[in-house]
Amino acid sequence: MTVLSVHDLDAWIGSHQILHGVGFDVGDGVTAVLGRNGVGKTTTLRALLGLVRRKGEVRLAGDRIDELPTHAVVTRGIGYVPENREVFGSLTVAENLTLAARTPNPDLDVVHQLFPELRERAKQAAGTLSGGQQQMVALARALINDNTLLLIDEPTKGLAPRIVSEVTAALRVAATRTPILLVEQDLAVVESLADDVVVIADGRVAHRGPAKDFLADRAAVLSLLGVGTREVATS
Amino acid sequence: MTVTQAPGVGKTVASKGKPPQNRPRKRWIGGALALALVVLLALLPKLALSVPGVLPGPTYSAGTLQLLAVCFLIGALAVTYHLLFGVTGMLSFGHALYFAVGVYGFATCLQTWHLGLLPSALITLGFGVVTSLIVGAISLRVGGIAFAMVTLAFAQAGSLLVYRNLGGHTGGEEGLGLTDAKLPDALLGVVNTANLYWLALAVAVLVYLAVVWVSGSRVGAMMTAVRENELRVQVLGVRPYVVRLTAFVVSGTLATLVGMAYLLLQGGANPQVTTTNFTLSLLVMVVLGGVGARWGALLGGILYTLLDQRLGVLASSSTVTSLPDVLRVPLSQPLFLLGMLFVVIVMFLPGGLAAAFARIAGHAPKETL
Amino acid sequence: MSVVVLLLITGLGLGALYFLAASGLSLIYGLMRVLNFAHGAFLTLGGYLGYKVASAFGPDSRTWPVFLLSLVVGAAGGAAFAALVELVLIRRLYEREIEQVLVTVGIGLAAVALVVGIWGADARPYPAPAWMSQVTGVLGAQVPNSRFVCILAAVLVFVLLNLLLGKTRYGLIIRAGVENRAMVAALGIDVRKSFTAVFVLGGALAGLGGVLAGLYNASLSPGGGDSLLIFAFIVVVIGGLGSIRGAAIAAVVVALLQQFANYYATSGVGDLMVVLALAVVLLVRPAGLFGRSVRIA
Repeated sequence: MTVLSVHDLDAWIGSHQILHGVGFDVGDGVTAVLGRNGVGKTTTLRALLGLVRRKGEVRLAGDRIDELPTHAVVTRGIGYVPENREVFGSLTVAENLTLAARTPNPDLDVVHQLFPELRERAKQAAGTLSGGQQQMVALARALINDNTLLLIDEPTKGLAPRIVSEVTAALRVAATRTPILLVEQDLAVVESLADDVVVIADGRVAHRGPAKDFLADRAAVLSLLGVGTREVATS
Repeated sequence: MTVTQAPGVGKTVASKGKPPQNRPRKRWIGGALALALVVLLALLPKLALSVPGVLPGPTYSAGTLQLLAVCFLIGALAVTYHLLFGVTGMLSFGHALYFAVGVYGFATCLQTWHLGLLPSALITLGFGVVTSLIVGAISLRVGGIAFAMVTLAFAQAGSLLVYRNLGGHTGGEEGLGLTDAKLPDALLGVVNTANLYWLALAVAVLVYLAVVWVSGSRVGAMMTAVRENELRVQVLGVRPYVVRLTAFVVSGTLATLVGMAYLLLQGGANPQVTTTNFTLSLLVMVVLGGVGARWGALLGGILYTLLDQRLGVLASSSTVTSLPDVLRVPLSQPLFLLGMLFVVIVMFLPGGLAAAFARIAGHAPKETL
Repeated sequence: MSVVVLLLITGLGLGALYFLAASGLSLIYGLMRVLNFAHGAFLTLGGYLGYKVASAFGPDSRTWPVFLLSLVVGAAGGAAFAALVELVLIRRLYEREIEQVLVTVGIGLAAVALVVGIWGADARPYPAPAWMSQVTGVLGAQVPNSRFVCILAAVLVFVLLNLLLGKTRYGLIIRAGVENRAMVAALGIDVRKSFTAVFVLGGALAGLGGVLAGLYNASLSPGGGDSLLIFAFIVVVIGGLGSIRGAAIAAVVVALLQQFANYYATSGVGDLMVVLALAVVLLVRPAGLFGRSVRIA
């Protein structure tokens, strides 16, 4: 079932056009957005949310969201985990979650099951957390609501391997409840999580299809991403 | 946050549909017209033109000449601000400081130190250069709103120095008269208002030409470049800081020059020229006339001053005092009308009057004379 | 010793005024990135509206109930004016920061001119209960009672603001928005509604401050708000954007510095020091303080 359909999406940062006629669909499970640095992966997520200037047709569960302001897009049922986490450092962990909750009594159990540390650190200022803990807060913010789609941008960036596996495990659980559009550079993570891939090159979609098939095609991986399948993409 | 331009600026579009060889000809026509205008203005004291309602008397009368002279000088001051804000894109909230340095510096040299006219003038210009250099060098260490606030702080400090008479020379709230100054007779007395008028006109023309020259020079091109795309300037090996500082010092020094003429015209130094209100009114003038256009700034300055003076007279006229309060109160306050006009322009006509005229004339606004 | 006590309490009273003016300004700039040059007009308008209501009571104007009423009216007036400005003007200039600043400049000029038009340019005495101008002995110093009222008001406002910011959802949104506006929107919250709320809150605080300034100075003048404004800016810059605690500390430090320097050096030196402190702090603090602002140059 298609939860998100993108058709002919253009996007600009300032006066530079980053995306040109991007189109793809997102169904259940995890869809990974791949590509070299600077091709427009993060911009794609931001364009879907309306955080950058965009033009095109974007439908979330059938309804058009491409002309709505960011907050309206999000209240349609999108959870967003930005690159660099962007937790509110001056707020406590609990406050970060409360702010993100779109209903008065959010289901915190789900979050605490996935990230038990957050319950312990509820009163701690988010700015004093480690990178991994902040990532948990950022993910928890997206998981706290009943969303139709999760947009997640490089959740494993800069994290120690142990935390990376924790995050990956959490995402696997989350994916059983909500479809995820995941931007990720770490191909090991992609391999273990992704059902489908969308590959961007020069602001355009270069490839769409099942993840397994794409990752098995070393030539394609090399030319479009510039790395071998087992290596982490260079940053 | 994306880079924002000053309102009305950055929309420089080349004139549409005019073949390049017509542009120099347009320049010559424009130049000739400007020259004719200056000649006409110079002749006004000898003429008996009357514009009732706008001018307090015929053009040979002292009152009218005084008013026009003030308009010219404030217009010139607005043009110096244009160099800073319109060309180089630097929003300063403290430009009045250099004007005040001209007024008070010149007054101090003449009145307190009893120096002659020429030495005073040179020393005051020196003050202007030094003050703008120091304040600019410090303020430009930050950019954007922080820069604007630092310039505000320095101007406020100057204002405090003047109002509180720290140092004892400024005359505080009463200002500084020129009673002991060694001024040539030609500049003294109501009878010589025409001379002061010509002085003001000369200074205004001089300042305007100076700004034209700077804007058109290589340095001026770099100033425009710094406003539009700092990165590109750096790639060319030019330091934006130096370019901005140059703009700051040039516009500040020119403002000092205008201040000196203003002192002679008014016959004394008034602390009102140090206030934030005064600098903000410069901002209003420039935006009113059109930030991107030099002649817009001049027009804005002249119009603002004219409105301010004449509305003040209108306010105490019998027609207005007899109006019901609802109408009388706003009409009696020039600053209210000007403030609201400013708001309207910012909201709906960001290019100011210059843009409006250009649109009427049928082409996109660009920097002309 | 009694001089020090007098300077201290008077300084705290002045600091109270600075805090009231600065706290609203700090929230407005912190959340909306609008440098509100109309804030001085909010102060002035609040003061004059309070005055108008108080003097309407004629011989009874110098009573406590009337004074309290004038405080409420001043705050309400400031709030109403701020609401008008935000809804009609600021809102339409969303994301155009320079134009927003310019518009507040214009409104500030126009509003003060209007006050001059209605009430005249001269300072007028503020009708306050007689107790205000009487003195109370504190450790040998004869302190005008009005100072205590200002301090009390500021403390109350401080407590209430902290409650608002710390314990309510509105406050949560404001605190988060000051830090990262875009992310708040990305959590599904319409930040622009908070803009109006914050602008109105700032207006109310300024209006209240305007009445108390009239009390403190025992007189009201059209330029009063603007002369307070520069010090409010300084307090905001030193205290940190969007920080009520910072504004409180900075207000006290700035006011005390000013009072003591003005007394022990020459009158005016304190003001000068404080104004130059603004420049120093702006230069020394990393660009991050105003880092999100537009690179105008």
